[in-house]
Amino acid sequence: MGRPGSRLVSSGSIRWSWVKLLSGMVGKGLLPCFTFSRQQNVIYLLLEVIISSWLLFHSQGIIERDETPMEKEIARLHRVDFEFSDIFYFCRKGFEAIVEDEVTQRFSSEELVSWNLLTRTNVNFHYISLRLSVVWGIGVIVRYCFLLPLRFTLAAIGITSMIVGTTMVGQLPNSSVKNYLSEVVHLTCSRILVRALSGTIHYHNKENKPQKGGICVANHTSPIDAIILTNDGCYAMVGQVHGGLMGVIQRAAVKACPHVWFERSEMKDRLLVTKRLREHVADKSKLPILIFPEGTCINNTSVMMFKKGSFEIGGTIYPVAIKYDPQFGDAFWNSSKYNIVSYLLRIMTSWAIVCNVWYMPPMVRKEGEDAVQFANRVRSAIARQGGLTELPWDGGLKRAKVKDTFKEEQQKNYSKMLVRNGSVGSLSTGTESD
Amino acid sequence: MEKVNRSRDKQKGKKDTTAEVFSHSQITRLYSRFTSLDKGENGTLSREDFQRIPELAINPLGDRIINAFFPEGEDQVNFRGFMRTLAHFRPIEDNEKSKDQNGPEPLNSRSNKLHFAFRLYDLDKDDKISRDELLQVLRMMVGVNISDEQLGSIADRTIQEADQDGDSAISFAEFVKVGKLHFYLLNETAHPCFLHTLT
Repeated sequence: MGRPGSRLVSSGSIRWSWVKLLSGMVGKGLLPCFTFSRQQNVIYLLLEVIISSWLLFHSQGIIERDETPMEKEIARLHRVDFEFSDIFYFCRKGFEAIVEDEVTQRFSSEELVSWNLLTRTNVNFHYISLRLSVVWGIGVIVRYCFLLPLRFTLAAIGITSMIVGTTMVGQLPNSSVKNYLSEVVHLTCSRILVRALSGTIHYHNKENKPQKGGICVANHTSPIDAIILTNDGCYAMVGQVHGGLMGVIQRAAVKACPHVWFERSEMKDRLLVTKRLREHVADKSKLPILIFPEGTCINNTSVMMFKKGSFEIGGTIYPVAIKYDPQFGDAFWNSSKYNIVSYLLRIMTSWAIVCNVWYMPPMVRKEGEDAVQFANRVRSAIARQGGLTELPWDGGLKRAKVKDTFKEEQQKNYSKMLVRNGSVGSLSTGTESD
Repeated sequence: MEKVNRSRDKQKGKKDTTAEVFSHSQITRLYSRFTSLDKGENGTLSREDFQRIPELAINPLGDRIINAFFPEGEDQVNFRGFMRTLAHFRPIEDNEKSKDQNGPEPLNSRSNKLHFAFRLYDLDKDDKISRDELLQVLRMMVGVNISDEQLGSIADRTIQEADQDGDSAISFAEFVKVGKLHFYLLNETAHPCFLHTLT
């Protein structure tokens, strides 16, 4: 059974991604002092070590689940209406859930098939060889002493120019010149910030890029998702007003281009939120809204339930699938474990952020389809495109308890079987034919 | 990682059969599962830690299953206890039957599995399943969908069929004789449904 959507990465594809990545970095001028041939030696040494230290981490789960539904499983034992052995079905499901469940594993980082020389992904430490440890040590030095200061400087430049640029553009009167300049500023600053994270992004199907007056929905893995998308086009962001540095950026950005920021109190009022978003969408000259309907960060192996609010606004939905390559760095933000600062530090000391972005053809709500069904349809499309599994569970389960209605559903199903098999109240004459 | 070594060494030192039931890699995976459930990071799991698993929280028998992990009167379970309870559900392999006839019975033997199931019903541990205890389990499984009278008659009928010494309660021996239960367990060993791990 295992976790569908994960795959064993072949050594060939690792080699190719490394070559692509490093040549990309050279091309973008991040490592101008290295000549290409010296770099090639570094690449091949790394590759040789990674391949020879192949940690056979099977990406399948620890248990093989039996997926026969309740009705079949219990019914095949049944002649009379209740058996002591009925509890075994529930027991088994319970034990399977305890050993490995589909939901809680999505709230922690994905396990890698082979080690990528970062300690943080080395779940089961095995000392392999001195050479590997030396290479790992060199990697640490490269990442912390060379890449980190470089990236930090770039990030600082990016954020400063974003604040300064948008404030300056915000002074201009509303006109097409202002819109054009604000686009230029946003794009440039995004590009600097993506370089700051050593991001290598592949955009697919650019012809489906979100248009003005539409709503862009995407799966959510980290706060970086927004930067990844604005690297290629301008969007109107939706979110809560924050304090601190984030608040400064928000206030500056909204002067240049109409983002939609809500106060914390306003967020609770769903009607108000929907109304404001609807107004924004109705104005065809405004930029497409960017929304993450999952509501929380998921670890990029699956897509969880989409909240229906975004799909009630109307308008055209432009789905976007984002898939990070975990081999180069883990982009997932585990907000219960790390705060934003340590998260950014981890991102900036990874090898790189490599991801694929697929723009998908626009979707609209069909006749007779309600918001929930529409949300599920969009979710399936995104999951299929990105190679992620689909889960009907709510991402909010990261923090909240599951609703009792699900348990009641299970109880109802079992009761139906109990009452159906023998008619209750009459003496059973079942034969024991095993 | 030192924690795993320490706990495994402790087990080896005390000749606990639990460690021998699982392979090295299974223990490692179970330990990383244990630590991911242990949000308080104090080396033990509480009932709330189990309740945080959504698929277990919606299981009608979830609370009973969770109780099975906790020894009498305690609120915390350590890794050894965790593994011990999970060991009950490991499929019986043929090569284990011939091993060590004089040693302690393996945790996942048929009779130990039956004992485990019996204990799920028998809350007060008096080695009998009374009508009330059976009703309690039935009520957990059906929720509010069946009336008290109907449930009562189901319980009465079940006890009537299995009861042989006429005391209106099921003892362990009578429990074992219930044909279907045996059949299911036999079926279970042929079809390894649990802890079929790779590597």
